[in-house]
Amino acid sequence: MIGTPLNAKIKGEDYTELPKDLYIPPDALEVYLEAFEGPLDLLLYLIRKHNLDILDIPMAELTRQYMVYVEKMRAIKLELAGDYLLMSAMLIEIKSRMLLPKPAEVAEEDDPRAELVRRLMEYEAIKLVAQRLDEMPKLGDGISVAGAYYQHISHVKPPEVTLDDLTEAWRNVLKRASHFKHHKVGHAELSVREHMSIILRRLKTDRFVEFTQLFDVVNDGLPKLVVCFLAILELAREGLLRITQQEAFSPIYVQINTHE
Amino acid sequence: MSEASNVSELKNVLEVALLTSQSPLSLDDMQRLFVERTERATLRMLLDELKQDWAERTLELVQVASGYRFQAREQYAAYLMRLNPERQAKYSRAVMETLAIIAYRQPVTRGDIEEIRGVTVNPNVMRQLQERDWVDVVGQREVPGRPSLYATTKHFLDDFNLRSLSELPPMDDFVQAEI
Repeated sequence: MIGTPLNAKIKGEDYTELPKDLYIPPDALEVYLEAFEGPLDLLLYLIRKHNLDILDIPMAELTRQYMVYVEKMRAIKLELAGDYLLMSAMLIEIKSRMLLPKPAEVAEEDDPRAELVRRLMEYEAIKLVAQRLDEMPKLGDGISVAGAYYQHISHVKPPEVTLDDLTEAWRNVLKRASHFKHHKVGHAELSVREHMSIILRRLKTDRFVEFTQLFDVVNDGLPKLVVCFLAILELAREGLLRITQQEAFSPIYVQINTHE
Repeated sequence: MSEASNVSELKNVLEVALLTSQSPLSLDDMQRLFVERTERATLRMLLDELKQDWAERTLELVQVASGYRFQAREQYAAYLMRLNPERQAKYSRAVMETLAIIAYRQPVTRGDIEEIRGVTVNPNVMRQLQERDWVDVVGQREVPGRPSLYATTKHFLDDFNLRSLSELPPMDDFVQAEI
């Protein structure tokens, strides 16, 4: 496959409009040369520039003009695409067919220029609507769509647990525990019971404590935090604590269970 | 007792759905908002009322190819654009002309495009149009080589604020337009 610069356009991206008229100084030509989108584009430009009648194109004139441009492109070493050369050949062919004597009876329909004219007209029509499309407001460029924010709440269904899952999990626990069968469990340095007392004492003075405040995350190590948590659970199990929460994710409060 | 018991509540539901939706909502989408079956005619009537309700506001309810959406009125576009100064890079003429050919002459093959533009189609151009989801392949022409047939997408119509291809700007006749 042939690469990018097929249409002899090298850096014409910012080029927005075809030069429409005769007011182009000759020196400016080089600038425009690379902006043509192909041979049809160039031909249309020439037709407009020299005010030629598209329905009765003077082929000799147009071909000559076209070749001048193509030669110029060559001279400034623009990558000259085959498309341009093909068009040169076609122009010359049309020209030569016009020179041939034609049989009188088909004179009107067999204009060798007809196909070229049709293509030029079709291309120009496309070129114009392309410009119009380009100017239309587009989403993100002239059209802004409402996008009010709302918090998507996804309803996550809790996973279903079967009895099999549970027994499987238990078996895994046993299996893992068996790996540590011969470990001697060291003397518990931290007593859950002791922490139960500490918590109870604290709640006697403060009465109503937020759950997280029972933990001294900064100073206590993980083992102590775990023991503290176990102590809270144990106290709750024994009905000595009341643990309350207003709603999901709001703070949890711990207090002494007063009712006897 | 139905969920959305009266007409104005139905209308409110439509309104909030349209205001928060990421993409245009079709009538099918809107029917899914309600547990109870809502007739399309009812929805259309409510949408019409909604349009009236917002007539004096900065957003307008418009219909595009794939449904309804609220969008800022045109007169505010200039202000809104200042919020995003780095505007999208302009597409090259090659891209826009190829898009125009596909839009107005679809479905077309690469060969058709080359015939009209008189130059070989740059693969990069087709890629840009397909990446933007403006153009896709809708089939193959049953000729040797079975070339792909390209057409514009609903997304293209949405982005250009159109309900259908018939709303594209008319194609001028070459001669009259210029002389």
